[in-house]
Amino acid sequence: MKKIKLLAVASAGGHWVQLNRMIPAFEGCQMYWISTEPSLAIKVEYGLFFAVRDASMWNKPGLLLMALQVAWRVLLIRPNVIVTTGAAPGFFAILIGRLLGAKTIWIDSIANANELSLAGRKAERWATHWLTQWPELARENGPHYIGSVL
Amino acid sequence: MIFLTVGTQLPFDRMVDVVDAWAAQNDEEVVAQVGPSGRSYKHIINYNFLDPVEFDRYFSSARLVISHAGMGSIINALSSGKPIIIVPRRAELGEHRNDHQIATAKKFAHFPGVRVAWKELEIASLLNYYSTSESKMEFECISKNAPESFIINLKALIG
Repeated sequence: MKKIKLLAVASAGGHWVQLNRMIPAFEGCQMYWISTEPSLAIKVEYGLFFAVRDASMWNKPGLLLMALQVAWRVLLIRPNVIVTTGAAPGFFAILIGRLLGAKTIWIDSIANANELSLAGRKAERWATHWLTQWPELARENGPHYIGSVL
Repeated sequence: MIFLTVGTQLPFDRMVDVVDAWAAQNDEEVVAQVGPSGRSYKHIINYNFLDPVEFDRYFSSARLVISHAGMGSIINALSSGKPIIIVPRRAELGEHRNDHQIATAKKFAHFPGVRVAWKELEIASLLNYYSTSESKMEFECISKNAPESFIINLKALIG
């Protein structure tokens, strides 16, 4: 049976740290990683790593450039599954990924304890599985709670 | 050595100022990652940015970490059993876009090894507390991976 191609995406910082705690769940998959800090490559033990530029929702031109970079990577990789903890790079990855027929999993950052992040709210439309890490934020139609990284 | 970090996105001069003033009155070495700040500090060793390898090196050799209330630092401290003082950024002071760090601080205030400094005054008093022998308690560090139940559930979704 062919290995699942899994693309894991997270901005550098807390999002990336949380994503890495999920590594045992990626066991057996052919791994690809995207983040916003090139020097993180050295920390990736298994799989290919790509960096895209960093940009927040408040920097439109930078965001567009980042979206194009992410789209390009997703098109080249053609993952079966995309897992992301956000923020913006993960959002664009699941948008493109979903359009290409991938299974997309958005796991909102554990930092968002009171309400879903902005990107997390926008992600609903593009996520096969739309998840929060706080049970009190879970709703009948999503986001759903399956546990958290801590 | 005490390690200070403000994350990579925004400066946090309000917190660094207090730590710098404390370092002036205390002997201990303080190494600080201060983010995109234009300031330079007299009593601490400061860097705007550290690459992941250097960051890990300072973080793991510190006896105490003081940080903005960012999840990366909190999780790193918990999984390495390192005591951490967290200072939440406030949106009203332009330190972040919203107040989610205050919510984060409230949620994590009672985790082992975590203390929150809600006001500037508390930063210095917590730094002093951690210099006393009462504070040298051992606490268990959490594993470097997510809990098994979460891993199993996520694996099932991946397929």
